[in-house]
Parts: sequence; C-alpha cells; structure tokens
Amino acid sequence: MNDFSAAPNAALDARVLDLLVGVAPDIDPAAVRADLDFRDQFDFDSMDLFNFAVAIHAAFGIEIPERDYRQLTGLAKCVAYLRSRLPQL
Amino acid sequence: MSASVSRTTYREALRGALREALTADPRVFLMGEDIGRYGGCYAVTKSLLAEFGEERIRDTPLSESAFVGAGIGAALGGMRPIVEIMTVNFSLLALDQILNNAATLCHMSAGQCPVPLVIRMATGAGRQLAAQHSHSLEGWYAHIPGLRIVAPATIDDARGMLRAALLCPDPVLMFEHIGLFNMEGDLTEAAGVADIERAAIRRTGRDITVLTYGASLYRCLEAATELSAAGIELEVVDLRTLRPLDDATIIKSVRRTRRALMVDEGWKSGGLSAELGMRVVEQAFFDLDAPVMRVCTAEVPIPYPKHLEDAALPSVGRIVAAAHAMVAHEP
Amino acid sequence: MSREFRMPSLGADMEAGTLVEWRVVPGARVRRGDVVALVETEKGIIDIESYEDGIVERLTVAPGARVPVGTPLALFQGEAAAPAPEMPRPAATAAAASSGTVPAAHGIAVPGLGSPRDAGKTVARAAPSAQRLRASPAARVRAAALGVDLGRIQGSGPQGVVTLQDVERIGGREPAPRVATPEPPGGARAGMRNAIAAAMGRSKREIPHYYLQLAMDMQPAVNWLTAFNQERPVPERLLIAVLLIKAAALAAAEKPGFSGYFRPAGFEPAAQVHMGVAIAVRGGGLVAPAIFEADRKSLATIMHELQDLVGRVRAGHMRSSEISSATLTVTSLGEEGVDVLYPVIYPPQVAIVGFGSVLERPWAVNGRLEARPVLNITLAADHRVTDGRQGAQFLARIRDHLARPGEL
Repeated sequence: MNDFSAAPNAALDARVLDLLVGVAPDIDPAAVRADLDFRDQFDFDSMDLFNFAVAIHAAFGIEIPERDYRQLTGLAKCVAYLRSRLPQL
Repeated sequence: MSASVSRTTYREALRGALREALTADPRVFLMGEDIGRYGGCYAVTKSLLAEFGEERIRDTPLSESAFVGAGIGAALGGMRPIVEIMTVNFSLLALDQILNNAATLCHMSAGQCPVPLVIRMATGAGRQLAAQHSHSLEGWYAHIPGLRIVAPATIDDARGMLRAALLCPDPVLMFEHIGLFNMEGDLTEAAGVADIERAAIRRTGRDITVLTYGASLYRCLEAATELSAAGIELEVVDLRTLRPLDDATIIKSVRRTRRALMVDEGWKSGGLSAELGMRVVEQAFFDLDAPVMRVCTAEVPIPYPKHLEDAALPSVGRIVAAAHAMVAHEP
Repeated sequence: MSREFRMPSLGADMEAGTLVEWRVVPGARVRRGDVVALVETEKGIIDIESYEDGIVERLTVAPGARVPVGTPLALFQGEAAAPAPEMPRPAATAAAASSGTVPAAHGIAVPGLGSPRDAGKTVARAAPSAQRLRASPAARVRAAALGVDLGRIQGSGPQGVVTLQDVERIGGREPAPRVATPEPPGGARAGMRNAIAAAMGRSKREIPHYYLQLAMDMQPAVNWLTAFNQERPVPERLLIAVLLIKAAALAAAEKPGFSGYFRPAGFEPAAQVHMGVAIAVRGGGLVAPAIFEADRKSLATIMHELQDLVGRVRAGHMRSSEISSATLTVTSLGEEGVDVLYPVIYPPQVAIVGFGSVLERPWAVNGRLEARPVLNITLAADHRVTDGRQGAQFLARIRDHLARPGEL
C-alpha cells in the first residue's frame, strides 16, 4: 500500500482524492475541482489541511515542511507538489 | 415592653379587650341582648356588669333594629358604643340600620357625622345550630362601602382588634367565629393595637397562596402541614380585615406562589372568595400558573345532622385535594 | 433498582433525537463511559455514553424512532437509585442535576387525572379542550420572553397544562418530557440552523453581553511555533489554535467568573475548564464540543484531541459528553483574514473568547514601527456574572500566556 512507486501515474489524482476524502469524509469527491483551492470549494480549514498533510506524509513517506503546506491546498497543486518531491511518481 | 405571653382563651382575650376599652375611655359602653346579667350568649361579657355597672353594660330588648339604631345614635352623639349582636343570623334584623344608616351617614353628611360604632357578632357554623343559625354572612357585609369588616382569627387579634376598631372613625363590624371562643392559646402581652390595615401571612410556602380568615385559618394550617409532607408548600394568608382587603399582601404572595386558593365558610356564589379570586385575576393574571380555586361551603342551607354539616363545610380533606389539583399531583 | 436510560439533552437547542442504533443488547454489562447507542440530532450522529455501570435490562425504543428529550430509551439495572445524569459531573453540574429532577411519571400520566370517583373530595376540574394549547398565563409570559415554543413542551400542571416551571426547565436547558417532535422540515441542516437560531436568539435576549478587545504581538508565539514544528515530523506538529485554546483555558482557570453556567439561581462556577471549541460544519452550521480540562493538558494532547474532534465532527461521531459539557468556548476565524470577531455567548455559558486572524500589521516596538504578526483577542462575557475590569484581567492573562509560549 505504501509502494506508490509502483502506482500508475494516472492513478495519482485518484489516490490523492482518496486521502482527501479520508480527511474530510463529508465532501463529495466527484464534485472536487482540481484547479480550485479546497478552501474555496468546501470550507477547508487549517485543521483539515493539517490532517491532509499528515495523510500525505503517511501515504507517501515524505517530510513536508510547514512552508510547503500552501502547495497542498488544491488537488492539482498537490499532485504537482508530489511529483516535484517524488519524481518517480 | 415585655414579650411575655400568658395562657388564655379567645373568649377571655375578647373580654380583656372590652374591659380595657371600658376602663380607658368613659365614652365606651356595651349594649346587646343578654350581655349583662346572663354574660352574653357566648359568655364574652361575663362579669363585666358587676365590674362596670348597668349604665355601661346595657341589656337590651330583643330588637336588633332598635339597639343597633340606638348605637348609631350614641356614636353620632359622641359616645363610643360597642354593640353585640348575638350572631350574624340576627343582624339581618338590623340590616337597614347598618347598611342605610351606619354605612352612609358620614358620606351623606360630607364627613360631618361619622359613626364610630363597633358591632361585634358571632358567625359561622359547625355547632349543629342548623340552617337559620349557622350563616357566614361577613362576605355580604364586606360588600358595603362605608363599613370596615374585621375577623380576628387569633388570640392576639381577639385582644388587639377591638382597640383598633374603636380608633376607627367608621363603623366596624367584628366577626367572631363560634368555633374559636373556646380556643386556648398564648396571648402576647405586648401585642397592643392590632393592625387592621394588613393581612398576615401565618405560614410561608412557595407553591400555593391560601387566602382565608377566621376559623378556616386553622383548617388551612392543618392542610398545609399535611401537604408539606407531600412536598406541596402552602402559604397561608389570614386576611384579618375583609373590607378593605389588603390587596398588596395578597397579590404579592400570589405573584410569588403563582397559585391562589380561597377558603371560607361562605357560599361560593357572590361570596368573598369570588371577590378575592377576581382581584387575583385582575391584578396577577400573567403571574398565574393554575386556575384560581375555592373551597367554600356547599350551596345548601347548612344541614343540622353532624355528618351532613361536616360534609357541607370546608374541610382539611377538601383543601388538600384542591391543592393537589392545582399542582397536578394526585393525593 | 432499575433505572431509566433517557434520551439525553445535548444542548439548549435539542428537542428530540432519532435513535439510530443500539450498541448494547439486553443482558449486556455496561461500564460508565461506554457508548450505548447512536443518536442522530441536529448536530449529527452522536455516540451516547452511559454514565453508570449496570446491566441492560430492556430496550424500550427501537432504532429509527424519533423521540423527545427525556424519553426513556432503556431500562438498566444499576446501583444508582436516581436517574442517570446526562453529563459527567461537574462538567455540567446543573444540567446533570436537572435531568435528575425529572421524575419518571412527572407530567406524563395526565389524562384521567380527575376521575369522578371522589367527587366529594376532589375539586371539579374543567374538561381539557382537544386542540387549544394549554399553558398557564405565567408560562406564556415566560415562554415569550425566552422564545420557547410552548407547543413542544409536555406540561406537568393540571390536565397537562404547561406551567412556568416547565418553561423554565426548557429555557434553562434542562430536559423535560415533551411531545413527539416531527423531523424539522429541510432535514438535519435546517435543524442545525434552527438550533443555532434558538440558542443564539436566547443568548441575545437574555445575556447582557459586554465586549472587550485586545491586540497583541504574536511574534514570540509564531517564532516559537515555527521552531517547534520545524523539528518535528508532520503528525507531531501543532496548530496555532492549540496555543490559543491552552492560553484561554489557563486564564479561565486562574480568573473565576468565565467558566461555568448562569442558572435561574445565579452563576455556577465550573470546577474544571472544559473548553468548547467552535468548529464549523462544512456548508454552514457550527458545533462547539469540549476539550475536557484543557488547562491541564499538554499542547500535544490538546492538538491530538482537537484533531480527533474535528475529524469526528466531519464524520459525525461526536460523543454525548463532549457535546454538552463545555464550560467556556473559544472561536476563531483565523482562516478567513478577519481581524476581529465579536462572538455570541452560548447559553448557559457566561463567556466566549474570539480570536481573529494572525496578520502582519504595523506594531510599535521601542518607539519604532515594525511589521509584526498581530492577533486581536475579543471577550464577550455575561455582565450578570463579571464586569469589565475582571474581563480585562482575563484577557490580559490570555495575552501573557501567549507571550510566553514555551510555558504553555
């Protein structure tokens, strides 16, 4: 499950979306727009963001400095950030 | 002033008040049927003839209209007569004198002719005296402007109300319940003049204000003790003065308890309890938490047989039941 | 020895709840704190805990039923003779005590009260009319003042008349037997909006709020937090909200008059500070579950519990104890760039602390202007309990604690 190096690239969006829903089960994943910030779409707050960061950290095994949190605030941004941190994805 | 008390009876307290009045003021004299040689129908004036003589303790003919009228004349003439009518039942023979003369002359003379008359009379039922001798008509008299109506229920009031009545410029009718004459109790020697402007709260409680007077007071207090064990606390108000009513004390208490129960020996229809209930509704409607209720005498001429008379009169059981109904706990 | 386990009141705004699921079966042994049932309220699905040890004797309400607060749900065999309090003491002393004062049969068995059997003894009673709402004049006046809907109260007076006491029980956020309440139109979301409306309306009507505001330089706290988080992996980091919660809780423990409940009899200080934290529900709505004894917990523990709370608010699994036990509340709009907020006290609490955003602002330091992260802290407090001077001291304590983040 941690072996994301083996995950197909096409599945990365879906994987991040899964983590997002795990953190915020009250949102509808089908309605998430990749280009918008979570906050603007569904009242994502700092605790949600924190939990999301924790989930990313656990799932991908990367340390995320606090200053990078701002790159996790939307689906497309997050995927781009993960690719920059983990080029093998 | 000493706060010492002495053991006495309601009857003796009344007699003590009469003796004091006769001693203190030469204008005071007593007048009535059988009050001299016989000592009064209820023995209140016993021995006073020997002490004060025939001029001041005057036996009258059996004509209530005549001797009440004579009393009014004496009061107009500057005396301080105390007239005893055996019972309220016979006072009806003097009703014209009381209502049309005593109550009105001061007003019709623009205050020139006050009638400082005191009329004492026994009232109430419970002694198997049957329908013609068991009336409680003080509520009727309380209907009449120009009169002051008092009803001493305690020994201190029996002793202290007469002096207050003699100080009053208007005619005062004092109703003494026949069930109280033999009541024993402590007289506060320092009690002095009773305040006939104010009702007295004889027992405080949070749940129901009970408005009563005279002998009914003791049934209410007994019911209060019984109800207290069931968690219902009665506040028992002794009205003391039935006209004018002490609205301030009554309404203040009702506002606190939010419930009012009237207990008296009159009949409900057009009675004093009806008046009290209406005042409560007029002045404290938005503070009420239950309908006002009354425990009064059954609407029949008072029966002679003991069990029927008891059933007709307000009883502790009926007061308890009414209280339970008002707070919705079944007895 | 049997006692009733009743639908608890989870706040002044709760009228009824839907039993979603039993977590116990007859015969099961239950320990204090165990989740006994799931109940759906305007605030979502709440895990209802037992407050005593005992054995489940019988379940009297089936899943799916929506019943008023106070309705017996089950019979327990236990040691306690008194009905179970709905909340742990002393977190909600009065609320717990009040639930104990609702006798089992009180106000329910009204029909047939005045049977004619003892006509000579009892006093004649008027027959109750079928439709018209029966409430005493005093109850009507009080209900109007409190904004309480009389139609939802089961009266305890003669013939089921709603009395002043019944109204005050509801108004005082105390559970009482009520008639079945229909699901509010518009579903749970509208229900939550109604609940907030009721609580906040009551607050504005009843509580004489006073407001104080204090701005502070958060540079030391921000520096400390940045350094703290830099050294730690993501899961061990703290949010600034945790510092705010702890600082407010410490101040409340030090300055009496801000943690507790205002009851008809007056202010009841709480023995511990259970800090309610206002958590927004996505799409609108708000709940304020409690972090128990927040003044005594480490920042890491508070962070962990806050994380857990927010997660369960999102997922709808709050516990009955935490939803009804707050003795004081903090609220923050830090995410939105709002400078200052003027919060509304959640009755019967007596204070609420509002935190604005930490924003870079000009700040005078030793005669020079510098750009500093500035936080506006507001206090809304109940003037029946405290005055501005105490409020100012309370706010100053919060500031002093935040100025020394290492000691939090």
